[in-house]
Amino acid sequence: MPAPEQHRLIFKHIGADGYTNDLACYQRNGGYEVLKKAVLRKPEDLMDEVKKSGLRGRGGAGFSCGVKWSLVDRKSGKPIYLVVNADESEPGTFKDRYIIYQDPHQLIEGIMISCFANRVERAFIYIRGEFPDGARILERAIAEARAAGFAGPNVLGTGYGCEVYVHRGAGAYICGEETGLIESLEGKRPYPRIKPPYFPAVLGLYMCPTIVNNVETLCHVKHIADMGGEAYSRIGTPGNTGTRILCVSGHVRRPGYYEFEVGRVTLGQLLNEVCGGPLPGRTFKAVIPGGSSAKVLRFGERYKGKRKVGAEMVEYDWGVEDIPMDFDSLAMIGSMGGSGGVIVMDDSVSMVEALGNINAFYSHESCGQCTPCREGSLWMKKITARMVRGEARPEDGALLKSVADQIAGRTICAFGEACAWPTQSFIAKFGEEFKGYAQARRTPRPDGVPELV
Amino acid sequence: MNLQADTLRKIDEVITHYPVKRSAALPLLHYVQEDQGYISSEAIEWIAARLEVQPVNVYELVTFYPMFRQKPIGRRHIKVCRTLSCAIMGGYRTCSEFQRQFSTGLGEVSPDGEVTVDFVECLASCGTAPVVMIDDELYEKVDVAKARALSEKIKAGAPIAAGKT
Amino acid sequence: MIQPAATDLITVNIDGKEIAVPKGTNVIEAARRVDVDVPFYCYHPKLAIVGNCRMCLVEMGMPAVDPATKAPVMDPATGRQRINWSPRPTIACATNVSPGLHIRTTTPMVKECREGVMEFLLINHPLDCPICDQAGECKLQEQSTGYGRGYSRFIEQKNVKPKRTLLGPRVMLDDERCILCSRCVRFSKDIAKDDVLGFTDRGSYTTLTCYPGRRLENNYSLNTVDICPVGALTSTDFRFKMRVWFLKQTNSIDTESSAGANTVVWSREGAIYRITPRQHDGVNDTWMADSGRVLYKQVRDPGRLVSVRVAGAESAVEFALRAASELFAKGGVAVVGSGRSSVEEQFLTRRLADAAKAGTWLVSRVGMGDGLLISADRNPNVRGALVTGLIAALPSPTLDSLGAEIDSGAVRTVVSVGEDLEAAGLTAAQLARVAVIYLGTHADATSAAARIVIPTLTVFEKHGTLVNQQFRIQRFFKAVPGIVGATDDLTVLAGLVAAAGGRSMGTDVGTLWPAIAAGVPALATMDFGNIPDSGLLIDGAPWAGLPFAEGPALHFKPTAQQEAARG
Repeated sequence: MPAPEQHRLIFKHIGADGYTNDLACYQRNGGYEVLKKAVLRKPEDLMDEVKKSGLRGRGGAGFSCGVKWSLVDRKSGKPIYLVVNADESEPGTFKDRYIIYQDPHQLIEGIMISCFANRVERAFIYIRGEFPDGARILERAIAEARAAGFAGPNVLGTGYGCEVYVHRGAGAYICGEETGLIESLEGKRPYPRIKPPYFPAVLGLYMCPTIVNNVETLCHVKHIADMGGEAYSRIGTPGNTGTRILCVSGHVRRPGYYEFEVGRVTLGQLLNEVCGGPLPGRTFKAVIPGGSSAKVLRFGERYKGKRKVGAEMVEYDWGVEDIPMDFDSLAMIGSMGGSGGVIVMDDSVSMVEALGNINAFYSHESCGQCTPCREGSLWMKKITARMVRGEARPEDGALLKSVADQIAGRTICAFGEACAWPTQSFIAKFGEEFKGYAQARRTPRPDGVPELV
Repeated sequence: MNLQADTLRKIDEVITHYPVKRSAALPLLHYVQEDQGYISSEAIEWIAARLEVQPVNVYELVTFYPMFRQKPIGRRHIKVCRTLSCAIMGGYRTCSEFQRQFSTGLGEVSPDGEVTVDFVECLASCGTAPVVMIDDELYEKVDVAKARALSEKIKAGAPIAAGKT
Repeated sequence: MIQPAATDLITVNIDGKEIAVPKGTNVIEAARRVDVDVPFYCYHPKLAIVGNCRMCLVEMGMPAVDPATKAPVMDPATGRQRINWSPRPTIACATNVSPGLHIRTTTPMVKECREGVMEFLLINHPLDCPICDQAGECKLQEQSTGYGRGYSRFIEQKNVKPKRTLLGPRVMLDDERCILCSRCVRFSKDIAKDDVLGFTDRGSYTTLTCYPGRRLENNYSLNTVDICPVGALTSTDFRFKMRVWFLKQTNSIDTESSAGANTVVWSREGAIYRITPRQHDGVNDTWMADSGRVLYKQVRDPGRLVSVRVAGAESAVEFALRAASELFAKGGVAVVGSGRSSVEEQFLTRRLADAAKAGTWLVSRVGMGDGLLISADRNPNVRGALVTGLIAALPSPTLDSLGAEIDSGAVRTVVSVGEDLEAAGLTAAQLARVAVIYLGTHADATSAAARIVIPTLTVFEKHGTLVNQQFRIQRFFKAVPGIVGATDDLTVLAGLVAAAGGRSMGTDVGTLWPAIAAGVPALATMDFGNIPDSGLLIDGAPWAGLPFAEGPALHFKPTAQQEAARG
């Protein structure tokens, strides 16, 4: 079956000729009309639309946005904060960048609608430090929006006010974790908080109820407010509604960003048709479908079982190419939808070295607060680094897996899983490569194959 | 602290964004580093006093976040992404080329004082790997040849066209 | 003891044992009560909970209920309500008891969690045990023995970090040993209110440090050494001096102020090596001030009095008492007691004053309280003097009224129980006009000028009780034998009572207390043997109107009356 057309909902204007990131251009294209209508509705109605829409977070966890909003403590009397997670740092992910740089007002409109729906009066956009121009673009866009009455102390004359501030990070992946982000925003070392009791919806920023949402998620809120939650929920597939932006990188002919209805494109269609297939003379070997934290898939493996379609249980027997790119399917076959960062590796890549690269990333980014992740991530990195540059023993694969098993599920935050899953899945699926690496290393590296560690 | 008037103005303004002063730590560190080129211990104590926290509270941040440096760097800061997507597309070779061009190791000031070359983690532009940031600008698809070309431009003092995002 | 059926007790099940504990108790404390040991590093009952060591991971389950009807779901195998065990372990320190909570600590999952955490803590830990002061009281040693795997699989290079950093005058830091539990950081910030410690860098390279140029030198810095679970923070005073398993522990009380912090004195073969705090949730929690820890050095101080002297010549106690008796017979005796004496000594001092028909004085020592464990009253036992009737009003800092009586000739003999009369305001001339009988531990101007000098014991060399600012009577015990040449204070005082013609009194706490209980109404129900380690609160009402100097501090608030009296 041929791949469907892209459904450019969020990315409608990204890369479009002549589209600029200023307010005038945004308004010429219908910008802020949705906000104008939204502020005339009851905030509870807007929250309801989001619930009906089935929107799931696009930052990586895929948690229901409607449920997240409903958990906010609205009885404490404390101010409610909205924090926009613009810390896009999950390897393989590059979507929020384009929204921020090319269509910032879509984000701001989404923010303002979400703030209005949740009675938020102060919002922060936590943007990663490596997007300095992005921060400047956002600040300018906010200033434009304020001047036009779309943000600020009196939105569109309704008396409702909300200030939005840009806050720059400084190079820490852990600031993408919601409680790490909150600690960083408070001016402290970004050590994630223990949950319970510090659920952001109850004890978040400054110990006040806080909503942390991804950039893309908030843009979806704007469209949900526009078309209604019901209509939005009919886009995509049941339980995996709307569209999502897939970011494909690595060994494909046409890497880049592609927006599809969730679950309507398979991994095979995406990589072979949309992205043009493997590079000349190469074959696909492995793919990480949801950012480097997701478990790797090996081309050639099969996934079998039963899944719910409508009211029935239906058998499935899939190869990698057959997997629909939605949260539930990817979780079902043992990986995850995550942030949509699809990293493709072909037969030129040594999985040991690829894991060495991933382990170096996680050990560098570990905040160091809790024992398993702090010590375990560095240990795994030292093992793979030794395998690549020093002595590789056949039992190192089993040792790596054993170390990873001691991390996942034992840590304060999901970084434990994030650093353990790559190791666990690489060893599970490519175990023979780890066993035979000492031997394989003796063959000289072909010219075009770069080092990864 | 010899900060420019504009920096001081921005610092005064940004502190008003937060109900708790300490939150302004990262913005102040960015402003001071942009003004002075790096964060000195005098700056740490000045920022701590300004935010009414202890110097160790600011020092903890400076050493945690890789974007803050406590020593001056070369005139240009070349940051090469080394995470998976860029690495499998040749990021390590790009970095080696920059180092070769300026005869410098990682994290040092090159002998001619022009550059500091550093590895950084994923810059969120994996579709156009290998990716390099030079100061605030992003450069895409920087293979060895393009790295050479960029280095030539830096040495010639010519402006370098940014990659479009 | 039968627990009263209070409504805020919650019943939980730990390893099959049921226990009811107050609401707000965490699982570590609840488990302790049923003798289940849950290991931990970063948890401390007096510090904020951070949950970062992950050593206290346990299995948690809640009783299963039908989501719709809320009816309990039964387990056919056991006939009891089924327990839904969570697939993920949970940290016990951050889990507070809730009705129906079930905890398992002996399952394979918990065993693996503990082995995993122990392995992770040890991979970068230096093999310093042979040279590390913490050996013998090190949680890493204890818990790796109890819960570790027993062998290492780590063949990489360990992290290298700064060793032997002098953090402050009393604390040495070894960053390689540090397990980053953050207890010291939390203590310095929240308890000592000196936010000077922090973590630098990131991940496994994170390093504990003081801000460069600053030092950890506040008067509570050694508490970080106490609470450090490993040998990262160690005491410079105790460094390399003694292995802890050779040391005997004796309960004592810090005498530097009326706070009465509970302590432990560690000694071996008659020498004291260090003092550490003893937990008392009603007095000092688990803390004490650094300045109280060095007091043991007075025991072997070169200025220690070691020979009885009468009229300048070396003598013996027997002759000293005879000489005292002759002086008493002439009348005109004054007794200067001490706020540093024990209750027992003050009781005998009072008997002496009665027998010698002498007036009594005390010297006050008032300074700035630090709001924590050093109160404004630097005498540890002024209240003991009030309770025993030795004095009726609070003492003044100088002995002006005594000086006047000396000048007028009314006083011809002064007995001083450990007080330097010159430091207390008497002039050399006044001292020269009287015969001084001096009981004391260290040489000073008075001991040099005294007619009779009888060396006595420091608080570390005898038993006794002291009454702190809370009017709590607390016991201290003899840690080391008295220095040769000194005599127990009770023996000397009883001898002086007899020399003044008074009744014969007991000369040790056991034989003396019946007389104390009989003679002091506030202590009527007590006996040295039946005062618990946590002390007993005395009713302070009879002295409620006195202007005590102490201000608010840890576990102490002056009454409104006292606040008013202080002005």
